[in-house]
Amino acid sequence: MELDVVELSRLQFAMTAMYHFLFVPLTLGLSILVAIMETVYVMTNRPIWRQMTKFWGTLFGINFVLGVATGITMEFQFGMNWSYYSHYVGDIFGAPLAIEGLMAFFLEATFVGLFFFGWDKLSKVQHMVVAWLVAIGSNFSALWILIANGWMQNPVGAAFNPDTMRMEMTSFAEVLFNEVAQAKFVHTVSAGYVTASVFVLGVSALYLIQSRHKDLARRSIAVASAFGLASALSVVVLGDESGYSASHTQKMKLAAIEAMWHTEPAPASFTLVGFPDQETRETHYAVHLPWAMGLIGTRSLTEEIPGINELVEEAEHKIRDGLIAYDALMTIRADRTGVAPEIRETFEAHSANLGYAMLLKRYVDDPRDATEAQIKMAADDTVPGVAPLFWAFRIMVGLGFAFIGVMAFFFVRASFYNMQFPRWSLYAAVAIIPAPWIAAELGWFVAEFGRQPWTVDGVLPTALSASHLSVMDLLITLAGFVTFYSILFVIEISLMVKYIRKGPYLDVAETEAWQARHEHRLRTHDGQGPFARADVANPAE
Amino acid sequence: MILYELIDFDTLRVIWWALLGVLLIGFALTDGFDMGVGALLPFVAKTDVERRVVINTVGPVWEGNQVWFILGGGAIFAAWPPLYAVSFSGFYLAMFVVLAAFIVRPVAFKYRSKRDSATWRNSWDWALFAGGAVPALLFGVAVGNVLLGVPFYLTEDLMPMYPGNFASKFVGLLRPFAVLAGIVSFAMLLMHGAAWLNLKSEGLVAERARSIGQKAGIVAMVGYAIAGLWLMIGVQGFALGEVAANGPSNPLYSDVSRDGSWLAAYGARPWIVIAPIMGFVGMALTLRGLSAGREVSTLLWSKLGITGVISSVGLTMFPFILPSTLDPKSSLTVWDASSSHQTLFIMLVVTAIFMPLILAYTAWVYKVLWGKVTEADVTHNSDTVY
Repeated sequence: MELDVVELSRLQFAMTAMYHFLFVPLTLGLSILVAIMETVYVMTNRPIWRQMTKFWGTLFGINFVLGVATGITMEFQFGMNWSYYSHYVGDIFGAPLAIEGLMAFFLEATFVGLFFFGWDKLSKVQHMVVAWLVAIGSNFSALWILIANGWMQNPVGAAFNPDTMRMEMTSFAEVLFNEVAQAKFVHTVSAGYVTASVFVLGVSALYLIQSRHKDLARRSIAVASAFGLASALSVVVLGDESGYSASHTQKMKLAAIEAMWHTEPAPASFTLVGFPDQETRETHYAVHLPWAMGLIGTRSLTEEIPGINELVEEAEHKIRDGLIAYDALMTIRADRTGVAPEIRETFEAHSANLGYAMLLKRYVDDPRDATEAQIKMAADDTVPGVAPLFWAFRIMVGLGFAFIGVMAFFFVRASFYNMQFPRWSLYAAVAIIPAPWIAAELGWFVAEFGRQPWTVDGVLPTALSASHLSVMDLLITLAGFVTFYSILFVIEISLMVKYIRKGPYLDVAETEAWQARHEHRLRTHDGQGPFARADVANPAE
Repeated sequence: MILYELIDFDTLRVIWWALLGVLLIGFALTDGFDMGVGALLPFVAKTDVERRVVINTVGPVWEGNQVWFILGGGAIFAAWPPLYAVSFSGFYLAMFVVLAAFIVRPVAFKYRSKRDSATWRNSWDWALFAGGAVPALLFGVAVGNVLLGVPFYLTEDLMPMYPGNFASKFVGLLRPFAVLAGIVSFAMLLMHGAAWLNLKSEGLVAERARSIGQKAGIVAMVGYAIAGLWLMIGVQGFALGEVAANGPSNPLYSDVSRDGSWLAAYGARPWIVIAPIMGFVGMALTLRGLSAGREVSTLLWSKLGITGVISSVGLTMFPFILPSTLDPKSSLTVWDASSSHQTLFIMLVVTAIFMPLILAYTAWVYKVLWGKVTEADVTHNSDTVY
């Protein structure tokens, strides 16, 4: 296998996954915001909430369709570009993907059509239920995808079967209740909620700046800031939970994120900023925060967090242990039925580290022939790129805390200051629209790049996972995806802009009928009549 | 876990082989008419309003229908990992083309009527045509290639390998028999799309659909008959030697020889002849229904015909799933290419819970949307429909 094919496959996966995740977080959050708005409509019967539902629903639809379209690529790419991975772990990894289809994707996709086409065909309550089913479906989708991804980070409930040359499931419950998956799920969907809240907030702020659709904008800000504040807090709390679970499941990733080259006496300090140097394994100009790392990572004052150097030494031991398993595996394979039971026992005893022996396949065809130098090189390979992780993580965390501040500000203004927002804050709200996407993409980068050199942590090296394809195959599809996705991106943004400019669809007849019914209680104190049109109505001013 | 003990590994494998068929048929019956409608679009509808009528007949449902395709991919991954690994990477560039079609199609549905320009709309109409026609054709080509056998082999580590350069691998798929299979599948889905439009639209659009649908149905029937004869005289089949039906999923443990014909299956299991009969009867009655203008029954006959054609392929090949020409021993069969006992069992439980639910709410959605899409529907709700 050419290394080039692996690198190109990685590039393609990174590109298509990150592109897919431009649309997913907005789908996750906006589906719920829209369902909340429609629920308020059903409860109050006020046409403005129906307008809001339809307006944000339209933007949801433009975004949703690209999430669906690019999601297909993700599901098929495993088989296309990562066929050895698919064979090796399909017994475990395939199940959550299939369940996602059965339980979640069918639900959201079947009802999303009815959401857009069913306004006249369903009762109000029915339509609201449809909106919630779409939201629930989207969020369940995320659950199963993160169970699949969580297993790649922390492969529990599975063991290698020498007869089938692959990992097989030993406990579905362990895969399902994988602590990494659970923390990641809530962290990820919360990030989606924050993304949608920032989006709704920003677009609404734009309307307030332009003095358009104020009624819709104010109400939208009220919903988005409340929902966004809760979600922003949840992102940080569950992010911390992920960090805590990484301290015992993915020690190397944690050490790399923190640029912890050596084990420090507990509780370790947290490096606020610095310049990690992979070659010399030290961090220049580091600013430390004493104790913080130990407290976050282990939630204790006495437990140590291992540093990178110590983990490399540990990896070397695991490689040697894995070689015993590899040797036993080759013996079993040579004579499957006649092999002595002791050999199978030897294999079972050491098979947990089989993946480490496979790291040597980058250097030699038969890992048993590896030299001491090659074993050292393979052990060094277990260190991911420290500086990119270090920085990506810090930017993500910084943004995560910033969102709490933004949401809290708008929540307070919306709740206690009669919906009055200083002009500068409106401009700021527009300016930060892209920020949650940056944070979300960096989050995935930390999760996936931090797992290298593995596709499945400790089980299957990335270098072995790719399909047997030619560089030309990869270049053709890569060029295809880049062209195709770029065009779609431009079209998507242009439609979003068009529909944001156009503003909400006003159902004049319904609005007037509702006002006629409620005329008596809508008179404002300054003697003006009730608002005639939703977009100029503004009793607060 | 009493049930787990009750269902043997080999039984589970047969169940999952059947479920694989159910998913493929489910995909062809639902998303099949979306593809057919897409391929018919430029020919049955000339004006913008007509085209919007055609698009809106599938507008609310294509998204759910497409999930059959996605679930098919997921279920193959979960239940038949070697099949997923070998076929998706082996048909690499063809898969990419299908993928491109399945990406452009949703976008075209959603974005086409969001701008008022004729160029914009016309471009998306042709995107919808390609998004329907190309996969309809390529799925058939893929099935044809599976019947012929695919040039791959597995290493001792079970890494799938495909010798040859990339161009020969893509062009190599277009063998005459495979192209014929592609034509059959394309014509069959055109017919299915026409049956759908016959039910959901009216006037000129429905009339044109009926006319094209009848021609397509004839092509499909003739092509299917020729393919059957071809299998009898021109295609070498595969035969599986002794194998433990509940043994480990390692294709290299079984012996496969290349002798006789695929059609030998009809000698061994005569009852499977019901599948091709269903195919012919279904398609013939669809033709009659289209010419007589019957609506609901025509669509049902079309579904029966498609079910017959697809199941005839599976039943003829059983227990083979993906035979290898290069190294017959590497061929994937029902007995050696599945997931583990545990995974198949868990997935069966999940499917048994959710499949009835899916069918129930999908039926409800179709019921809510029951009725023809008219030109007035489109012009009055211009802002909200596609």
